[in-house]
Amino acid sequence: MTTRTNSLKTTMQTSKNYEVRDPQSSIETQTLAINVGPQHPSTHGVFRMNVVLDGEVVTSLKPVMGYLHRNHEQIAENMSYAASMPYTDRLDYFNSMTNNFGWALTVEKLAAIDVPERVEYVRVIMAELTRLVNHVSAIGFLLNDLGAFFTPVLYAFREREKILDIFEEVSGSRMMCNYFRFGGLRRDVTPAVLEKIRGIVNKFPAFLDEFETLLTKNEILCMRCQNVGILPRDLAVNASITGPLLRASGVNYDIRKVDGYSVYNRFEFKVPLGPKGDVYDRYYVRILEMRESLKILDQALKGIPAGEIMAKKMLPFVKSPRNFKPPVGEAYGRVEGPKGELGFYVVSDGTAQPWRYHVRAPSFINLTILEDMCRGQKLADAIVILGSIDIVLGEVDR
Amino acid sequence: MFFGSGVIKGMLVTLKAFAASYFRGPDKGGIFTVQYPEQRLAEKENFRNFPFLVYDKTPDNLRCVACDICAKECPPKCITIVREFDKDNKPLKRPAVFSIDHTVCMNCGICEEACPFDAIFMDHNFEIASTDRQGDLLLQKEALLKSNDYFNKIRPTDASAIDAKRAEAEAKKKAAEQAAAAKAAAAAAAPKLAAAAADKPAVPTEPPKTV
Repeated sequence: MTTRTNSLKTTMQTSKNYEVRDPQSSIETQTLAINVGPQHPSTHGVFRMNVVLDGEVVTSLKPVMGYLHRNHEQIAENMSYAASMPYTDRLDYFNSMTNNFGWALTVEKLAAIDVPERVEYVRVIMAELTRLVNHVSAIGFLLNDLGAFFTPVLYAFREREKILDIFEEVSGSRMMCNYFRFGGLRRDVTPAVLEKIRGIVNKFPAFLDEFETLLTKNEILCMRCQNVGILPRDLAVNASITGPLLRASGVNYDIRKVDGYSVYNRFEFKVPLGPKGDVYDRYYVRILEMRESLKILDQALKGIPAGEIMAKKMLPFVKSPRNFKPPVGEAYGRVEGPKGELGFYVVSDGTAQPWRYHVRAPSFINLTILEDMCRGQKLADAIVILGSIDIVLGEVDR
Repeated sequence: MFFGSGVIKGMLVTLKAFAASYFRGPDKGGIFTVQYPEQRLAEKENFRNFPFLVYDKTPDNLRCVACDICAKECPPKCITIVREFDKDNKPLKRPAVFSIDHTVCMNCGICEEACPFDAIFMDHNFEIASTDRQGDLLLQKEALLKSNDYFNKIRPTDASAIDAKRAEAEAKKKAAEQAAAAKAAAAAAAPKLAAAAADKPAVPTEPPKTV
């Protein structure tokens, strides 16, 4: 009890630094400290915001996280490299394929493993399907926060479910895929599955058109989102924000373009940028990114070659991943996850377990900018701004 | 366009979906959910849930040899294996205790991948809700054992591939045994020749190194 009152006191004190008053109000009021979360439907998990309000206007907002901390990094340092793969599924549980991708890429960099062509294509296909899954549900949940209770999110989930069926068919699990291996994949993709993916890719633009008719020009959505929670370009770069949040602020930075990892440099796609950096731009950048993802999927499905699904170097470790010992050294691998730059930093001392393992989680780093975007906005808008960042608490707390 | 036209267009989309939910099929915008306990979707063959142990024909014939590899590879360490010993304290190639804690298992499927004897596989059984943590969720060997026929039923592609592989290995083993027997017979028929060959000193291929 005492600690709680103390923390409230400190937030009250810091709030005095920002003299943000509601310009429409002429009444002098006391500031009010309230807790949003940790168990609140609009905080997207167990996340708490210590908000200080002046009337309805946010004067200070302190994010409190760590409720879902599972000690992922320490656990990974105490087990073999391959055994961490199913744990990465549980970081950002919406995008387990991308998380697998990042970890596989890092270890392949560390041990200098060449990946067969077919594997690269399947990985790109899975990563882009994941992006579709993430962006439709992120937009759906953003609309939930706006008060459009569960109608858009169910339209989104209808499409998401089709893609999760594909994931289940190739990997065995809808969300905890554990599909990538160092130098390869768990199992090959059958032609029937590729045909199903082709069907999804062909039908998805029609769904996006329907989704946009439902939302993009909706006056309520425009009024709630435009000019709300503006993230200036400079601030976004200084706070090392990545992903759609950064691109909505007009910074052209996409790791698929910058690094060209895997086979991304073979595909033609554009990087959508937002003009302003408000919540509406973040919504629309995600829609456009899905359209670009469909282009990549189309090219990847056309270009996928036949061949091996495991690197020769890694074949002995398929049956005994415990014996895989990468050489001494360090590596940082990163992928453009749907939420931003997902990076894995690993230091090897030549044993079967990593000496140091670190995850650069985009949700966590994007969340640091929340107060700057919310200050001076209404409390109801703070909820929307949080929704537009698109966090998953499994990745924030790890 | 007049103010509010966006909302009206959006409403038309929902109205269309509402109508479609009555008159269209699941793949054309109609209802795609099922009423779960009564209706069920077909299981995906690769679907993986908690692991089980395979036996051939009778439960005594389990394939597991208690090598402990799956327990070592298991990321959350949910498998416990104790080897069986006979009366003379000689280790047997079978487990005395094999238990999997379902409250710890995270369905990653690494045990199935690592097993060198094709003994442990991921099941399709997901209806395991229980109020008894020790009895129903900490599964012992007897509860984990399932027949190869069951495995063939739930995952025909994988099971038939593994059966073919095992049959081939069996045939090879038999052929090798037969060849060894034939060789022994031949050696018995010509003992003098074999003895002469054995007497001949082995010629070193390279001179012994001095340290």
